[in-house]
Amino acid sequence: MIELIVADRCTGCGKCIEVCPNDVFAGFEGDQPTIARRGDCHTCFLCELYCPVDAIYVSPLADREPGLTEASIVASGFLGHFARANGWRAGRPLREPARPAAPTNAA
Amino acid sequence: MTEAAFASDLHTDGSADLVLEADVLVVGGSLAGCWTALAARAAGAKVVLVEKGWTGTAGVVAAANVGGYSVAPDAASAERRRIVEARHDAAEGLDDLVHVERVYAEAHRAYAALEALGFRWDARANAGARFGRFIGPYTLHVLRGALERAGVRLLDHAPALELLAHDGAVAGAAGIERKTGRTWAVRAGAVVLATGATAFLSGAMGTHGVVGDGYLLAGEAGATFSGLEFSTLYGFAPKGSPSTKGWWTNSASWFDAAGRPLGAASGRGGMAEIARAVLETGGIQAIIDRGPDGFEAFSRLNHPNTFQYFDRLGIDPFRQRFAVQMIYEGHIRAVGGVVVDDACSTGIAGLYAAGDLTDRSRLTGAAMCGAGPAVAWCFASGEWAGRAAAQHARARTDRPARLEALGRVGLRFGTGGRNRPDEVRTAVRSEILPLEKTYFKTTTSLERSRTTLDSLWDRSAAGFRTQTADDVLKAREAAALVAAARLQTVASLVRKESRGLHRLEDHPVSEGRMARPVLLSGLDTIASDWSREPRMAVQNFGTLSNAPHP
Repeated sequence: MIELIVADRCTGCGKCIEVCPNDVFAGFEGDQPTIARRGDCHTCFLCELYCPVDAIYVSPLADREPGLTEASIVASGFLGHFARANGWRAGRPLREPARPAAPTNAA
Repeated sequence: MTEAAFASDLHTDGSADLVLEADVLVVGGSLAGCWTALAARAAGAKVVLVEKGWTGTAGVVAAANVGGYSVAPDAASAERRRIVEARHDAAEGLDDLVHVERVYAEAHRAYAALEALGFRWDARANAGARFGRFIGPYTLHVLRGALERAGVRLLDHAPALELLAHDGAVAGAAGIERKTGRTWAVRAGAVVLATGATAFLSGAMGTHGVVGDGYLLAGEAGATFSGLEFSTLYGFAPKGSPSTKGWWTNSASWFDAAGRPLGAASGRGGMAEIARAVLETGGIQAIIDRGPDGFEAFSRLNHPNTFQYFDRLGIDPFRQRFAVQMIYEGHIRAVGGVVVDDACSTGIAGLYAAGDLTDRSRLTGAAMCGAGPAVAWCFASGEWAGRAAAQHARARTDRPARLEALGRVGLRFGTGGRNRPDEVRTAVRSEILPLEKTYFKTTTSLERSRTTLDSLWDRSAAGFRTQTADDVLKAREAAALVAAARLQTVASLVRKESRGLHRLEDHPVSEGRMARPVLLSGLDTIASDWSREPRMAVQNFGTLSNAPHP
């Protein structure tokens, strides 16, 4: 479930408001968005993927994760982790082949 | 905004806040909807695509990484058979291999056509994978770009609330914009529904917006449904995670809550034993220790969703046991839905359907359709629906000034009722999600559920308390959930046997005479019938390819 937007990273570009499939965020371009409908988050991590500055943290748990703070999240190194694992940078997919072909699995 | 705004024919007299004209209107912007829109556009149609969320992150595939099945025109006979028959045994007599081959051949053409749209199989964002492998977010990103370049008008955060019709033919849809509360209406020569299936808001990753709206929209127009009794599919997720991705389940060892090994269990194949362990011991555990060489590296590359859980919580699933829960997947991975013909027509003039919303039992029978076949079907059905809808729109010359609004429950009956949508949603979920009601179905438990669900339908028809645009959307979603649950329950009661993903504890074996589809129609009174056509087209298999039949 969406946990927080790191205030001093967020540029207010509005991309998360635009791309969230469940209309979780609210706000206007230029302002930092608010997490207006947290209960509608389905933990797809796609706001993390599209955030151009890796300012968003989604907990991998369906419900809120206790004990998280902005400081602990920044220190964890997980901001932007999903984007890196998916081959995205700055809110965009990397199209170039970055490594040899992966092992294939059965169809 | 009050429900009163939807209690008249506002949309039909042109007074919606936004009114658009199109040849083809596509409802739903995930894989099937995107491909439908591109196919209709390629056939020369003016196309509008409306999506409840955002085309690019919508649908279950947005949180998935899947390998789509396909057969190349020049595939060797043995390879062709291997793919076409991959789920034939599990289908238990309800598939149609001529149809399967046609779908996978069309999917192959579609995958190849994607390359011309800039899709790169070996892209870093596609996990550097091979032909037919789709990483969800990258795939949808490419499709959105292609739609924009093709000139398809995209309306995002614009759920369709009802279909519009004229003289017995579907001729558009109307809805709201979630961000503004403004109303919209699209008049169209044909409508394609690609709104996905439902997992009854079980919490499975990527399913929160995929509630089953299309069952309601199509049902109000008079569509036929099939396959909804194949309803016993649950997915496995690490405890607390919504990620039911199944990639690891056949490579794991399983234990009950007390740590005792579950001997026969291997993921989906051992689901009954695992489900019993959940009910009897209160939980299950797993460790991914039975994968092939290189499985860990492969998994990390291909399934970043699941690894967000393991990595962020500091669990090494290859070396330590982790707690697992079962989450209902409903028809998202199974086969039930709206019946369509070879052109993806619903049989109602002007109304087509594609993707997970449709009945896919011709493809995988009583078995799971998820992943390989489902992806192939999204592309193939999108291609056929898009083309057929464009052709229908071209042939249609009438552009009536007034359209009839087809939306009923949650929109028009009993305006101003006191039901809260979330109460109805919760009540439906408690009839469908529990293992003891849906995994271990009995005639008695189904009849009890049916009574409860019938009264929920009546309650819904009596009206919802709606004050905001979001309330109106949630009311319609609640009505869609009740409709889907009633259809599933009736279908389960009609099929008095066990076959594939339909099991009745009191009828544990399959009956030869029931190797045919159950057809349902109607939402208020649900009529049921057995299809007169058995499937089993095995003897004709290979006619498309001219491949020699051994």
